[in-house]
Amino acid sequence: MLDLAVMREALPRLLEGLHLTVLLTLAVLAVGLVLALPLALAHRSPRRWLCLPAEGYILLFRGTPALVQVFLLYYGAGQFAAVRESALWPILREPFWCFVIALGLNSTAYVGQLLSGALRNLPQGVQEAAQALGLSRWQALRTVRLPLVLRQVVPALGNEAILTLKATSLACTITLLELTGMARNVIASTFAPYEVFVVAGAIYLALTLALTRGFAALEARLRIPGA
Amino acid sequence: MEALRQGFALQFLWGAALTVALAAASILVGTAIGLVMALAKLRGGRALALVAEAYTTVVRGVPDLLVIFLIYFGGTVSLSRLLGQSANLDPFSAGVAALAFVFGAYATEILRGAILGVPRGQVEAARALGLRPAQAFRFVILPQAWRLALPPFGNQSIILTKQTSLVSVIGLEEIMRKAQIGAGFTNEPFTYFAVAALLYLMITMAMTIGLRAAEARAARGLARG
Repeated sequence: MLDLAVMREALPRLLEGLHLTVLLTLAVLAVGLVLALPLALAHRSPRRWLCLPAEGYILLFRGTPALVQVFLLYYGAGQFAAVRESALWPILREPFWCFVIALGLNSTAYVGQLLSGALRNLPQGVQEAAQALGLSRWQALRTVRLPLVLRQVVPALGNEAILTLKATSLACTITLLELTGMARNVIASTFAPYEVFVVAGAIYLALTLALTRGFAALEARLRIPGA
Repeated sequence: MEALRQGFALQFLWGAALTVALAAASILVGTAIGLVMALAKLRGGRALALVAEAYTTVVRGVPDLLVIFLIYFGGTVSLSRLLGQSANLDPFSAGVAALAFVFGAYATEILRGAILGVPRGQVEAARALGLRPAQAFRFVILPQAWRLALPPFGNQSIILTKQTSLVSVIGLEEIMRKAQIGAGFTNEPFTYFAVAALLYLMITMAMTIGLRAAEARAARGLARG
């Protein structure tokens, strides 16, 4: 059966990796949340030069594995002399930033699609009522449509947060020692894959359950009384 | 250089074939696991339902990559102990086992929801016609549940196909691993990973189109609107 002593010994080092896992998750989600709104607005725009690129972006990022996207940026960017000589190179050379950028752009596509769908599903009357009250398009978006949309996508955002947390494990393929990478490292010295992966899995599970709880609480808080 | 490129085109084709085989096998095995677990949740009694619940919660709460590592490295250690000598697990089997195990957890929830979505009167009507419970399930419930399950099932299958790229980390020479090998041989990593991305995009787009067709087919005979 599982050797408890090995598990206890592995725990502190895995918790070291947990720091990076949490940091990566938060950074990726931040990038995704910030960029998703402009993407969704472009996607819903009646102007083709805005809508088509947004559609292409979503198709590309959702149609290919996140691992390919990470490798394209981390290993691929250096192929071009222009990139190597640019001011961005010190950032693109760092696995941490590469991962945050690649997975952040990936998350942008998923959250953008989510927001775009929610905007499309708002009843037509919402926009009309806002205009009848004399609000400009921008005011209507900011004070009426977005609050409704954001409230509506909270459960789906919770799912996205969990998927992002799990996807940060890919960072170990580009040398980052987050939770999964650290687990592999510990196994290389202890030869106890079951013990170490079970502890790492338990930590991930605790984080997922915490995220589930947190988003459920957020959803309850944001609910409009009586609605 | 040109000869190398042409050689790699063939390598990529083999890689793509392996990716498709890996995805197909995982979906098949995973669906079987999902069906058993969904029935355990719905009709299995408390103990079985609890086992199924633990399975879906745990698997959906940990990264797929961790499951792949656990099965591959764990399996290698167990196999070596069993044989009394150093042995390696075949990465394809380990990949299918891990991906099917993960897919099964999502399939459980999808199938459970779909079976619950078939109106109760359908079972009653089937029983009234003299079908035995197993027959009613096989001929009345399952075909209707399938139509409800199809859209989420298709989405999950596309997600799984993208996740097959993770099996490259245990050395299986599917698309992703071929790209890595090509990138290592040349100074053109971007080119090779871009080709890999394009291949995945073609596979997922073909699946999306196939899914739409399957949904339209499953909905035939249903009143529109």
